[in-house]
Amino acid sequence: MKNDSQEDIQSAVGRTIERVARESYGRLVAYLSVHTHDLASAEDALSEALVSALKAWPRDGLPQNPEAWLLTAARHSLIDVIRHQRVVVASEPTLALLGENSPEANLSAGFPDERLKLLFVCAHPAIDPAMHTPLMLQTVLGLDAARIAHAFLVPPKTMGQRLVRAKTKIRDGGIRFEIPQERDLPERLEAALEAIYAAFGIGWDDMFGIDQRGRDLAEEAIWLARVLLQLMPGEAEVQGLLALMLHCEARRPARRALDGRYVPLSEQDPKQWSLPLLEEAERHLAEASKRGRSGRFQLEAAIQSVHAERAHTGRTDWAAIALFYEQLVRISPALGTRVGYAAAVAEAAGPEAGLAALEAIARDAESHYQPYWAVRAHLLQVLGKTQEASDAYDRAVGLAEDPAGREFLLQKRR
Amino acid sequence: MQFALMIYHTPEEFAMRANDYNDPHLGAWRAYHKALVEAGVYVGGNALEVPETGTTVRLKEGKRRVQDGPYAETKEQLAGFIILELPSVDAALEWAARCPGASIGAVEVRPLAPEAMRRGFTG
Repeated sequence: MKNDSQEDIQSAVGRTIERVARESYGRLVAYLSVHTHDLASAEDALSEALVSALKAWPRDGLPQNPEAWLLTAARHSLIDVIRHQRVVVASEPTLALLGENSPEANLSAGFPDERLKLLFVCAHPAIDPAMHTPLMLQTVLGLDAARIAHAFLVPPKTMGQRLVRAKTKIRDGGIRFEIPQERDLPERLEAALEAIYAAFGIGWDDMFGIDQRGRDLAEEAIWLARVLLQLMPGEAEVQGLLALMLHCEARRPARRALDGRYVPLSEQDPKQWSLPLLEEAERHLAEASKRGRSGRFQLEAAIQSVHAERAHTGRTDWAAIALFYEQLVRISPALGTRVGYAAAVAEAAGPEAGLAALEAIARDAESHYQPYWAVRAHLLQVLGKTQEASDAYDRAVGLAEDPAGREFLLQKRR
Repeated sequence: MQFALMIYHTPEEFAMRANDYNDPHLGAWRAYHKALVEAGVYVGGNALEVPETGTTVRLKEGKRRVQDGPYAETKEQLAGFIILELPSVDAALEWAARCPGASIGAVEVRPLAPEAMRRGFTG
């Protein structure tokens, strides 16, 4: 009996630590690093605090404010580290800030949320853009390097080294922990949104995997966007990004048949789409558009919103989608956008028009881009150009990573 | 920089290969090969027969030792290899992920030895 209750306490503590770690990780790391600029030390201090919590909480009972408890413990270990480094003179102001005497030490009243600064630091122009998303996933959400490495198709050791290098640059490179000035804000915000969307994109592409890592990453990206929206409630593009991701997430259950077969959007059963997620997405998009500042993510969300209307109308308004894509290509002419535009034009104005839009894309740009070849193959097939179509299908199949997507294309090739 | 993509199969995966060359994965492999060639990264490579057809030879104290079967007695055996010319290991990993072998068995990516060393033994 005694053992049982001991186990109960253990697992209750474990669950609490897990929850606090998830909800507070970014807040604690941001707060602990905002003055030192030292993300690695802040993370180390926090993980030490989590280890102490695992020992102390089952023994002493759960603290009233677990987050404050963790912050105090992390702060103590951070002070020890800084003292150890014997750079006392330089770190004197830091010690003062971290010390018990600072006014912020009264934690029961809460402590400032510095996550916004942290998000902007992760997507700072001085940091390699390829590292923006991994840095966010690690410092704001506490994902470990190995998990990030899998998602980014990089050996875990390499990802670990890249993260260390990026953090060293943040610490030593004079990168300021601040909200960007008004004139830099649009560009800096775009970089932060890009990084969040990249995490979602990886989760989206990876949903085919047997493990859950892809799905988790998409959820983490939505979480990040929610945090950002909470911190910047007035930004239309933040809300646009959240609407876009919620729209895509709503369709997740419909993307696979029961036998694991890939189901393209046009063949999905709208009854399988998640209504609550669609409604939430629509609400965010409507609020964003009221602010009268359009942008890339709102346009992408609008395209998804037109697709979602099929749940009510039973048809897809391709002319509207093509129009949104046209605006999107003008402000963000990425390869994926141009291929999406061509596919929409093909539906709205016929396969020849779609093919012409594809032809307008530069020749070398598309050689590795799987969706380009999939759209091209489909249009050639519709036009009865069998040989060219099967060549294009081959290219699309050869560039496919996900086995179900590959199987889908091989079936269509016949 | 050149990389070897080494494709490993378990006995079950080898057994899935059909002897009449109607391998269900053949279409995917052909398409993958085509994509590599069109991207200008393909150097060479091929599929190997099943491991049981291998014979291993070594000289021990001047005496020949011939052994039936593959060199290493592991569950997963080399099933084929591809040599690619690519700028970085990141690019090599990307192509490895697209390889049909990655969703059937496993693909090891390893750089070839440095050019200077290779020239050393090819003369």
